[in-house]
Amino acid sequence: MSVAASTNRKRAARSNLWRSIRKNYMLYLFLVPAIVYVAVFSYAPMYGVQIAFKNFKASKGILGSPWAGVTHFKTFFTSYRFSLLLTNTLAVSVYQILVGFPIPIILALLFNYVKSPGFKKFAQTVSYAPHFISTVVLVGMMSMFFSTTTGFVNTAIAALGFQKVHFFGEPRCFRHLYVWSGVWQNMGWSAVIYIATLSGVDQQQHEAAVIDGATILQRMWHIDLPALAPTIVILLIMQAGSIMSVGYEKVYLMQNSSNLTTSEVISTYTFKIGLQDSKYSYSAAIGLFNNVINFIMLITVNQITKKVSGMALW
Amino acid sequence: MISRIAHRSNRIREPRADRVTRAVIMTILILLMVITLYPLYFIVIASFSDPSIVGTGAILLWPTKTTMAGYKNILQNAKIWIGYRNTIFLYVIPGTILNVLVTTMAAFSLSRRDLVGRNVIMGLFIFTMYFSGGLIPTYLLVKSLHLINNPLVIILMGAFSVYNMIIARTYFSTSIPFELQEAAMVDGCSTQRLFLTIILPLSKPILAVLALYSAVGHWNAYFNAMIYLQDLKYYPLQLVLRQILLTGSALEKTASTVAESAESESSLELLGTLTKYCVIVVSTLPVIAVYPFLQKYFIKGVMIGAVKG
Repeated sequence: MSVAASTNRKRAARSNLWRSIRKNYMLYLFLVPAIVYVAVFSYAPMYGVQIAFKNFKASKGILGSPWAGVTHFKTFFTSYRFSLLLTNTLAVSVYQILVGFPIPIILALLFNYVKSPGFKKFAQTVSYAPHFISTVVLVGMMSMFFSTTTGFVNTAIAALGFQKVHFFGEPRCFRHLYVWSGVWQNMGWSAVIYIATLSGVDQQQHEAAVIDGATILQRMWHIDLPALAPTIVILLIMQAGSIMSVGYEKVYLMQNSSNLTTSEVISTYTFKIGLQDSKYSYSAAIGLFNNVINFIMLITVNQITKKVSGMALW
Repeated sequence: MISRIAHRSNRIREPRADRVTRAVIMTILILLMVITLYPLYFIVIASFSDPSIVGTGAILLWPTKTTMAGYKNILQNAKIWIGYRNTIFLYVIPGTILNVLVTTMAAFSLSRRDLVGRNVIMGLFIFTMYFSGGLIPTYLLVKSLHLINNPLVIILMGAFSVYNMIIARTYFSTSIPFELQEAAMVDGCSTQRLFLTIILPLSKPILAVLALYSAVGHWNAYFNAMIYLQDLKYYPLQLVLRQILLTGSALEKTASTVAESAESESSLELLGTLTKYCVIVVSTLPVIAVYPFLQKYFIKGVMIGAVKG
């Protein structure tokens, strides 16, 4: 009796489900283009990543190519380039986080204590401007400003009596150029989210703090920073999830034969050996290694912050 | 009223430490504004100035020995205008229309509470934000689809964005009451009509956000075009710029070291430098000139995105 009732209920539930799907079939049709998109451009490449474990031959296709196991990974880990690439990637990335992450937070705190709304608006608008410059133009501007022949930076250096520096050709300059140009381009834009959060802080807290004699710095520390904490944590987790993916579009443009010892990172190397030397499987293996590390970092940092602070992406 | 009193008393009693802090804050911000704007301003004045003195420190605040030679040179350069035309008509306009359409349709569907299985589908979308097959598998896929050297690849690869979809979905589910949709459906309104005549007209701000993100993305992108397009006639503006600003400079250098007739070579190089400044102005001006008027939409996107980060 009860068994029959439960199968009945199950059947009813199933037909309910079916009915609601049928009723909303149009909503599923609306999803079709997006699902086709991710199936083709996201999931098909994930399926294709198996060539990292094969010796891919274009004539045989992905499925037909013979398996190679983890040879490509072994080759990469034991190649003399491995440690250099890893060092370069992590150095740029960590440098970028150390400098590029706190500066927008500080900028937002500063904006928050500007009294004149007109000046605040104007200054903010100015601070976004570089965000809309393309990577190509940004790198082009840098190469012109820092040029040894026509760049004003070197003119100034020479005028002060120092030796001109070939910034773009110097391996030791690459990381600084990369990170600080990124700060120049993105600090204002990255501050937007913090500024928005700060404008949501209850003003009574600030008024009470002022009456109690708190200085601006104390208010920043005890009111603003705690209000920003959740946003900071979330953005930091996202950063951790891209620790291995240095902005290769910009790195690639900044590279030249003389600064490669610091500017060659894993993603640009993947691109070169894959598309210029056509070593598809080897390149796919390196790319996969890169993405897996990113993914592991994302999950790890997410779990840690969840334990420590209770805040997490999911 | 209370807040005004508090504000006034705050102004009177502001301690000396705070006045110093405020002065420091203003100084830092003004300094940052100068650092942000000056390079852009310098590009503009340099594009009008005699290139032989641009690098010498003679040009700091306004153009000197003004010349239009660089801009004349650009006018004659067909490549730049082909790039411009391609970027606008081949990529930005069709790409943005397609992206907004695909993205809003998916967002609308996923914003509906009565969509069975929406969490699973959402999960499948979000996963692609954090993990990908990588460059080479994607390249092989594009190759097997016979899309190499086909401008369609740029539009198709930009047809959908999970991040933008989340922004739109958040907007649909928080700003448009579900009861409104239910009422329309009770009255016999079909899903597609609901979308076209109720949802979209109520979502103009978010449509602007999506369109702007997609358009600026297409305007500034070069990497996919560099990988997948070989024909110059399909090059977007940014690839042409890359040739002029970056790879061109390498050619120029070797040419000038080899050159015997140093004088004409160096004047050619100077014209090249001048042209670079002009090219930057011509290619960046449209975006820089427009964004202050549209910034509220860009910022809206950031804020909605943050709600459901």
